[in-house]
Formats: sequence, structure tokens, C-alpha cells
Amino acid sequence: MSYKILIVDDSKLARMSIAKVLNGLRPDWIRVEAANAEEAVAKVRAERPDIAMLDYNMPGRDGLQLAADLRAIEPHMPLAVVSANIQDEIVARTHDLGAAFLAKPVVAQALSDFLTAAQARLKATAT
Amino acid sequence: MTVAPAIDLDDLELDALSELVNIGVGRAAASLRVMVGEEILLSVPSVKVVSRVEAAGIIGGRDIGELVAVHQSFDGDISGRALLIFPETNSLELVRAVTGGELPLEDIIELEQEALAETGNIILNGCLATIANLLGRSLKMSLPEIVRGSGHDLFTLAGVSAAEDVALFLYIDFAVKQRDIRGFIAMLMDQPALVSLRRLLADLIDRTGDVHAGAL
Repeated sequence: MSYKILIVDDSKLARMSIAKVLNGLRPDWIRVEAANAEEAVAKVRAERPDIAMLDYNMPGRDGLQLAADLRAIEPHMPLAVVSANIQDEIVARTHDLGAAFLAKPVVAQALSDFLTAAQARLKATAT
Repeated sequence: MTVAPAIDLDDLELDALSELVNIGVGRAAASLRVMVGEEILLSVPSVKVVSRVEAAGIIGGRDIGELVAVHQSFDGDISGRALLIFPETNSLELVRAVTGGELPLEDIIELEQEALAETGNIILNGCLATIANLLGRSLKMSLPEIVRGSGHDLFTLAGVSAAEDVALFLYIDFAVKQRDIRGFIAMLMDQPALVSLRRLLADLIDRTGDVHAGAL
């Protein structure tokens, strides 16, 4: 089954980089992109993605604040926060929001693990 | 009067460079967090191509008085200088944080140079090594040096060539959450280094870009 995934990062290169890895793993998935939290919330309402990946360090609201906002809109959406800043506090806050933490740059194995878990969760909530 | 044209990075090249710095400093902050045992807060990086005088002005304009910096040069496919800069008044507090806060003041003062150099080395090396890896190149780093003075002093160090009058200046603020420690990381590159960097960024963008056309 093909899903729609939202990629949020203020850096276009970072979005390109995730898109490339994602395309190698799930070529038939539909990608939606946003460059900041505000745009991401609008895309979630308009495009109804199944899964979202959020950069942590963005101007305006950061990825953790955005994750909390998205939780309020879509309580069951699988979320990942993506950052090179692998400090314990950030990883812990990510997990507190029920989101996965992925280190930047995102590598195929880590993304594959997240996507597999996300698909399992989507199937479980669908039934 | 005509001004020599500066190398201008286009939007995607600046974006790619900011992202490299963001990843490099993010990793380095995680190392610093291990050293001080407290959360390190980072700003979103800012990247500009400016003259050295302007770069000094940006730092001077922040009104933080005398500065202390750990300075390292790097050399290889791209060369330049990286500085980890704090207000002079924060320097002992950083040493105290890194050494665990148990030492008497005189020991901290004695350890200051060494602790600053080592902290700078870990942060700057962590940051530059990550950037080099992402670009698929290797960089040679000099030993860390401690420099004190104004923003102007830091950017007019001995051995700076005239070509460095155009500099790539990028900075990212950091702060230790529970303590009064803040500073920033700056990187300076001259014109020829910028030309090389631009080529490496273009390669990186090419390598990354081949599936992007399909995104919404």
C-alpha cells in the first residue's frame, strides 16, 4: 500500500536528501514538502498525509513544537523528528511526544526502520 | 569605482552550506553536551558572504565586549579558519562547566587555556569533520590556538592574506541552558577557497538532487 508522507525542513537540500533515500525505499509513495511549521500545518490540513518527518532546528516553531501541533490535529499520525543534534534532552522530548528520532543525515537503514514501524502503526489504527 | 566581483553563492548553494553547518554544529553540540552534562541550545545558522571588515562589524555590533576565541585553520580541498568565540567573561564559566565545577578558582584559571583549547578542538573538529565527510573530502586541521581581543582583532590575525578580504562568514549561536554561557562559531574562507567550496556544494547538490523533480 502506498502512503503520503510529509517532509518538513527549512533546508531544501535536506528535503532533497530525505526524498532521495525515501525514493530508494518506497518509490511509489507520494511526497509532500513544507519549509516551515506553519506551512506544514497547512499541508497536513489540505493534503492529509499519513506520516510526517520534521526537522528540529527551524526558524519560527521548531520540530518539537510542530510535532505537538500535529499531534493535536492528527493524534495517531506516525511522526519522526530529524536532527543532527542528538542531545539526550531532544531525543527524550521527541519520544515523550510519541515520535521517533532520526539522526541527520538520514540513512536508509534508520529511515527503513521508521517507515516499517509507521506502516505497522497505520495498519493497526485502520482496523 | 568598480569593486571586484565577489563570489556569490546561489540560493540552493547557500541552503546546502547552511544545512552542512547545521548538521556539523548539531553533532558538535551533542559532544559539548556530554562534556558539560547540560543541554546546549543552538540557533538556526546564518551564512553570508561579506568582507572581513563587515564580519568583524557583525561580531563587534553584538556588544559583548572583549572576546576570547579558539582558532583553528583547516586545509585541503577547501581551506580557511574556524573560530569558536565567547565573551571573555564567559570563559571561566565554560571551563568550570567542562571540568565539573568542583575545582577551586585558582585551578580553573590555571586550566583555562588548556580546557578552552580542548573544548574548541572537540567542537570545531566535530563540526568540520562532519562537513568534510558530507562533502566527501578530507580536511587537515591545525592545533587549536587561543586568541583574545575585539571582533576586529580576531579577524585580522597574523598571516591573513589580502585575498581573505572577501570572506564567507557563517555563524551559529549556542548557549548552555543552565549557565550563563553563550557564544558562537564563525568560519572564514577566502575567495579561492570559496570557488572550491562552490564546486563541492554543486557536486553535493547534484548527488542529492536526482529524484527531487517529482515532489509537490
